Amino acid sequence: MASKSICLYFQVHQPTRLRLYRFFDIGKDSHYYDDFANRTILRRIAQKCYLPMNALLLDLIGRHGGKFKVAFSISGSALDQFQRFAPDVIDSFRALADTGCVEFLAETYNHSLASLKSESEFAHQVARHKAAVESLFGVTPTAFRNTELIYSDAIGEQVAQMGFKAMLTEGARHIMGWKSPNFVYSCAAQPKLKLLLRNYALSDDIAFRFSDRNWENWPLTADKYLAWLKESAQSDDVVGLFMDYETFGEHQNASSGIFDFMRALPEAVLADGTFDFATPSQAVKKYKAVAPLDVPDAISWADEERDVSAWLGNELQQEAFNKVYAMTEKVSIVGSPELLEDFGHLQESDHFYYMCTKFFSDGEVHKYFNPYDTPYEAFINYMNVLSDFQIRLDEARAALDVREAAIGQWDNAAPEVPAKAPARRKASAPRKKKKD
Amino acid sequence: MFGWEFPPHIAGGLGTACEGIVKGLAANGVQTLFVMPSASGDEDQSAATIINASDVAVDTVSESVEQYLDKVKFIHIGTNMIPYADPEEFSRLVEEDRVRQVKDFSISYGQKYKFSGKYGANLMEEVARYAMVGGTIALQHKDEFDVIHAHDWLTYYAGIAAKELTGRPLVIHVHATSFDRGSADNIDTRVFEIEKRGMLAADRVITVSDLTRSIVIGKYGIDPEKVVTVHNAVDFSGRENLHLERGVREKTVTFLGRITYQKGPEYFIEAAAKVLKRTKNVRFVMAGSGDMMNRCIRQVARMGISDRFHFTGFLRGMDVQKMFALSDVYIMPSISEPFGISPLEAMRTGVPSIISKQSGAAEVLRYAFKVDFWDVDAMADDIYALLHYPALASFSAAMGYDEVNALKWNEAAAKMKKVYESVVK
Repeated sequence: MASKSICLYFQVHQPTRLRLYRFFDIGKDSHYYDDFANRTILRRIAQKCYLPMNALLLDLIGRHGGKFKVAFSISGSALDQFQRFAPDVIDSFRALADTGCVEFLAETYNHSLASLKSESEFAHQVARHKAAVESLFGVTPTAFRNTELIYSDAIGEQVAQMGFKAMLTEGARHIMGWKSPNFVYSCAAQPKLKLLLRNYALSDDIAFRFSDRNWENWPLTADKYLAWLKESAQSDDVVGLFMDYETFGEHQNASSGIFDFMRALPEAVLADGTFDFATPSQAVKKYKAVAPLDVPDAISWADEERDVSAWLGNELQQEAFNKVYAMTEKVSIVGSPELLEDFGHLQESDHFYYMCTKFFSDGEVHKYFNPYDTPYEAFINYMNVLSDFQIRLDEARAALDVREAAIGQWDNAAPEVPAKAPARRKASAPRKKKKD
Repeated sequence: MFGWEFPPHIAGGLGTACEGIVKGLAANGVQTLFVMPSASGDEDQSAATIINASDVAVDTVSESVEQYLDKVKFIHIGTNMIPYADPEEFSRLVEEDRVRQVKDFSISYGQKYKFSGKYGANLMEEVARYAMVGGTIALQHKDEFDVIHAHDWLTYYAGIAAKELTGRPLVIHVHATSFDRGSADNIDTRVFEIEKRGMLAADRVITVSDLTRSIVIGKYGIDPEKVVTVHNAVDFSGRENLHLERGVREKTVTFLGRITYQKGPEYFIEAAAKVLKRTKNVRFVMAGSGDMMNRCIRQVARMGISDRFHFTGFLRGMDVQKMFALSDVYIMPSISEPFGISPLEAMRTGVPSIISKQSGAAEVLRYAFKVDFWDVDAMADDIYALLHYPALASFSAAMGYDEVNALKWNEAAAKMKKVYESVVK
């Protein structure tokens, strides 16, 4: 048995893009989404990436007799879109799940930043995502990855409380210092939670640099890459290669040879024998945590800073973020399924990413993912949508008050209306499965 | 009459004003030949004969035209008028422009020049060419007119050329000055120079307000004797007010215009924040776009009021009427506004208006609320009062409606006719 492991994890996410929503629409039209763009983009990426890459992985797992393993985290927003626009993608993920060589991680249902703001909303979304993975793929996630690998001691503690054994995050340079990312660490606030870290240099060699012809190491081959893996992990345990799944066929297109590279890599690794493949949950079982990791301030895998400034770095983002989360309590009291659905979509981290003004350092990446010309347009559009949502929410809340007042009149023995409010949350939001 | 644009294809308010003026003049028995750089052919010619400068070749190359060209040559240097290009873009544009101008200028005699008639990067060049063509047109129509009337700095050189070549008196009409476009210590000196030359060469200067008149006298040093104020009017004929179903329940306070320093958008935001501290039952809308828009969005976000303060971006066509129809209070906090037609439009829609004392419109509107542009407390007070005291709102809406309907171009044109008569021998 190999003494070291490679842990491959791929992120699958598609935002629910908003349509051009004008001031004149507020209070009149409550459909917020650009269905055409969402469908077109999803189908394109399904053809270029999800379907061919899933087929390739299935083939590799079969060919290597179960020795090749990977992990996925698929956001609920992406799952929703697959079900609507490309059900065959769901089928192909299910086929991967059935091999037993693929682990599915839990995350927030709407790829949100809830962990930075609201414990209750965070817990609710994680539970909802877990339930969705169970029902679609028949497996129960035991490892967790937060949106954009956002992590801090406090978030780790809450994730441990939810019952997860392992969590993935970034091997950020400013956190690691001299320490190697190629080990299992533990959460400083809750040592039971094990941390697996992304080796950003080796991950980005595939995710960002693979097709760059100006890169001195172009073209990248499986043998060359294996040599780097061995060099990086000379006396280490596990190398975390975490990246967006869209790397394969979308960010790095097929003509770059990315599929051939991924076909050759498992063979080269397994033939060499230094490494085996392990999923996150297997890795934390196999290796002991070498040390606790102190992360007082939130880190992520984004941009040069590896912090949360890509989503909350400027005043526009903070304003939009604060305004949407200020509605959390009211949304759960009202408990209407339509409002809960929209509220989830409005929390997708992508909306805040579009408002980012860090044009100069990481502007290229930001531009690539952004449907808006300027962060200001993104902000205006989002706030217009949010204003309409607020109106609907307030109306629903007012209607609820009227109803409860009426019930109170009928039944004088009923407790005060406000005292009932917390109880409603569970009763009227059946989607939430609380782990009591 | 030299203009720069004429409805239906207009970028600013100048074209609309020109149409009102020629119609008013026609009603007063004055015929107009209206010259514009780029006519489309679908202009309403019932009140004036439109001459398209793009159709006229500079073929009457007389001595005086050549002499005149010497005078206008200087403005061919550094003609980049795009205010916010980045340095690289700027230098590229300047270089392209220079090369092209040198080439173009040498072949322009005896040829037609296709004007864009817009306000683009080669504006200065178009202004100079418009002067050449304008002079030619004046000579060709020498026996058909008595007075030359030129609107705003873009046409002043054409007016001067026409005057020099024909000897007819020149009236220039100041709709705005450089001091209304930038702050006092940051004006475009080339435009200032053209304006001053136009004013000096003119026999009479018409200003759209006393505010503008005092700028012309004070900042350009023009003899008060020859500066006359004729306030703008507005033509609402054939316009029905829209009745729209509202999407939002709250009252709406609207700013509509270019979001630039001169329009005072930041004072509006500060007043909005003050009102929102007292009542939540209101929304604020900043409609339009401009170089200060992004800064305003940041200001609103920083103050944490963006759930009650909306931006619409640039509004086209019917959306402008729609915006007025959805408003309960209109506000124009301009720092410097030669006239300002938008509060008249708002009042015509039955929307009470708050305007700054630093606007020409304040001189003619008795039923608008007037505040100093910097006095955000007074602005907030007025907004609050109009939102909460229905009697005040309905009174000012009704009175304002009647008031603006009484402002007719016919009367303004009658005053212009008097100005003409004073200079024609």
